[in-house]
Parts: sequence; C-alpha cells; structure tokens
Amino acid sequence: MRLFWEVARRAFRRFSTYRSATFAGVFTNTVFGFIQAAILTAVFRQRATVGSFDVRDAVTFVFVSQGFLVVMGAFSGHLTLAERIVSGDVVTDLYRPVDLQLFELASDVGRAGFQCTVRAVVPLLCGGLAFDLRLPSAPRLWLLFAVSVALGIVTSFGHRFLVTLTTFWTLDYRAASQMATVVAMFFSGFAIPIVFFPDWLERFSRLLPYVGFAQIPIEILLGKLHGLDLVAALASQVAWAVVLLVLGRWVLARATHRVVVQGG
Amino acid sequence: MVETLGIYRRLAFARVRADWQYRGPFIGYTITQGLISVLDFVQIAVIFGRVSSLQGWSVAEVAFLYGTSSVAFHIGDVFVSEVEFAPKRIRLGTFDSLLVRPMGAMVQLCADEFAFRRAGKLVQAVAILVWAMAAVSVAWTPARVGVFVMMLVAGTAIFGSIWVITSSLTFWMIEAGEVMNSFTYGSAFATEYPMVVFGRWLRRLFTFVVPAAFVNYYPALFVLGKSDRLGGPSWRRFASPFVAVVMVLLASFVWRLALRHYRSTGS
Repeated sequence: MRLFWEVARRAFRRFSTYRSATFAGVFTNTVFGFIQAAILTAVFRQRATVGSFDVRDAVTFVFVSQGFLVVMGAFSGHLTLAERIVSGDVVTDLYRPVDLQLFELASDVGRAGFQCTVRAVVPLLCGGLAFDLRLPSAPRLWLLFAVSVALGIVTSFGHRFLVTLTTFWTLDYRAASQMATVVAMFFSGFAIPIVFFPDWLERFSRLLPYVGFAQIPIEILLGKLHGLDLVAALASQVAWAVVLLVLGRWVLARATHRVVVQGG
Repeated sequence: MVETLGIYRRLAFARVRADWQYRGPFIGYTITQGLISVLDFVQIAVIFGRVSSLQGWSVAEVAFLYGTSSVAFHIGDVFVSEVEFAPKRIRLGTFDSLLVRPMGAMVQLCADEFAFRRAGKLVQAVAILVWAMAAVSVAWTPARVGVFVMMLVAGTAIFGSIWVITSSLTFWMIEAGEVMNSFTYGSAFATEYPMVVFGRWLRRLFTFVVPAAFVNYYPALFVLGKSDRLGGPSWRRFASPFVAVVMVLLASFVWRLALRHYRSTGS
C-alpha cells in the first residue's frame, strides 16, 4: 500500500512538471468545448429536451467532459508500457519484486490525480464564463461525482491495461489502441452525450463499461440519478472495475509465459 | 521542381514499402482509420436522429459540408500533416539530419513520415460526399460544378497551409504543441457543421483568423443555393481560391522563418 502511494505521488509530480503541455491541453479542451457546446445548443433551438437533458445540462456536460477527457486517458487506448513490451524492456519490469499491474495502476492514478486539478477545472471555468452552467451546490452530489470519477479512472485503466497486453501477441499496439480509443470515446459520452443516441443504442451503451468514464459521473453531477438508479450506476462501475482488473491479471499471467529474453 | 517531385515520390514509396513489411498491422491500421471516421459521421447522424434540421440545414446539406471538409482535410492529412513531426524531431535531435541534405526540409519530412494508412479515412469521406451530392436537391449546373471542384482544391490548400503554419509555430513552443490541435483538428471539426450554429466569436475566428469557413461553408452556400443567415457579403462565396493562395504564401513564409529561427541543440 505504501509502495502504491509512493508510485502514485511520483507520477503526480512527474506530470505536474509539464506546465506548458498542461496549458496547451487546457486551451485545446476549451476550444473544442466551445465548438461542441455551440453545436448542441443549435439542437436545442429545435426542441426543448433530449431525453432528460435540457440545453443547460448539455452545455454543462460538454465542459465537464472536456476537462475529464485526458483524466480518463481518452486519447490513448494503451499505456506507455506497450512501448516497453515492443522494445523488450518489459523484462526489467517483470523481474522487479512488485506487482506489475498494481505498479502501473498506481502510476496511472497519480497521473489522473494531477490531471483532475488544472486540466479538469480550467475548461469548466472558461465555459462558466460564457455559458449558464448547471453545477450543483449540494456537497453530496460533488462527493458522489468524485467517487464515480475515481471508479471511472480505475475502469479506464483496466481497459487500457488489457489493450496494452495485446502487444505481447501482436507486437504492434497502434491498431488496437486506436480502435479502443474510438470505441471508448463514442460509448462513454465523450463524443456526444449518450442521451442523444436512439433509445436502443443508449440502452446498449449503458451495458458497456465506457459509460463510467463520462456519462455516469456527469449524470450524477447533474442530479439525474436518484435512489436505486444511482446505486445501480455506481454498482455497475464497481463491477466493471473489478472485472477488468481481474481479467487483466489473468491475461498478464498468460502473457508472461510468452516473454522470451533475447540475447543475454 | 520535377526532380524534387521525383525524389519525393521515391522516398514516400520507400516508406510505404517499409510499412508493407509489417502487413498485418499496416492493413489493420488502415482499416481502423476508416472505422474511426465512420464513428465520426455517426455523431452527425445521431444529432439528426433527434432533429430534422440544424439552423435550416438538412442532414444531406450537413453531410455535404462534412464530406467536403473531410476530403480536403484528409488529403492534407495524407500529404502535408507530416510536418507535425517537426517538433518531435527537434526534441529528439534528429531534425538536423534533414537540414544537412541538399533538399528542402519540408519535402523530406513529408516523404519520411508519409503514412499511406491515413488514406483509410479518405475513403469514408469520399463515400459520404458522394452520398450527400446525390441527396441534396441541387441542379448541377456547370457553375456549381466549377465552384465545387474549386472548393475541394482550395480547401485542401487551406488545410495544408494550416498544418504547415501551426507546425512552424511549434518551433517556438516545442512542449506546447497540443495548442495547435485547436486550429488543425478544431477547424476540421467545426467545418463539419454550418457556421451559423456558432456564436459571433467562433465565426470570426474561423473566418478571419483561421479561415476554415472558406474551406466549405462559403462556397457551399453557392453550390447548395442557400442564403447566408449571417448576412456576410456575397463575394465571400467565391473568395476561397484567393484565401487559399494567401494561406499558401503565408505558410511558406512562416515555415522559412521557423527554419531560420531554428537553432540545433548542438549536442
């Protein structure tokens, strides 16, 4: 546990040193937020609501989701571990006396933790200056949102870890990574809130783990989920996080049998 | 010029052959790129599942905007976006090797990083465009066809110039290159929709600062016979070629400036 904390803390600090990259990311997320908010606003000129969303919900959704894109690793379907699998450096990771999956998880949690600070907050503030956002005043909702985001981060890690492990078999992670990126982007609500989907597609999307990256946390923040729905949503996030992590362990165990050290 | 093109062709072809050595991933990657862009359009389809028109633009008309923007953007992406690798090479220190060879750095860069797999996206863009052209209720007069062809050529030049200008600017801000995504991918994203959906500031940004509105919105007004709800002057419909020429000149100027500014790390 102590090791987990130390690794996470160092990852947090490592990412906090890239100041200009952080600024650049915030800028880009904000610009895309404005474009997307304008497009969705145009939809609401034709009709008052889409599903349970009105225009304020949709615009708030856009700026919150822009901030959490990078937190959830939405731009990269793999971990940098994939490059180490290609180059063979992964053997040094494997003979360290630490659990590889936990080590990677700690480092990803540290990264996401840092990105929850500046990158998640600034686009929201900028959006708030230009649009009338619906942010709750109840601390309870913020707390539940934080829990849901944390679960989303672990689930997203579990997903990227699995994609990364395919590199042991394919030795080229790009196609798998890209595919994973797009699927996650679409079914999470990052591309467009899934309440815009046709009903059958929305129902299908809610069965997948990706809704935990954006749709569920933001719906919680907007106060759309109550009582049993809320419990069910959080429970599904926990279930997916556990399933993906366990699956990751199993695949890792199989993959390590394949590692052949060249030379020596 | 002819000689340069010949060398470019050989270098780019060498790159394709090199990629082809890893056939599985190459084909996989090309197909994934195509699939990605399908999901891109699904977003528009999802929106039109909820409304029948967007600020007076039908789904076929928006698909026409999407098609023209994507075709122009992806041709630029296949041939020019490779300049994006300049900052990465500068950071790694491999940019110098381009400068010591007796050939333009840009041509070498574009040939070296040439990625045919990106053409996967182009296929989907063309398909959408063809469908949109059949679906819009437009009488294809010679004038309209002329403006249509012109908008694809000018649009490609404008997007290509945006790639070059933004990549050149990153010479001054190696670590903050992601800002440029706002202008490249941002303008590609914005031009998938009619400019009327945007507020005044975004419209001005995409008309006067990053002139992406000239890639498709203004010429499309003429081709589709629509009136500009924003009340812009009507000559803007035919201004794309001029904007394209200005952008190309500006891009070559900024690129030269960036090259002159460049100081190797020398280590």
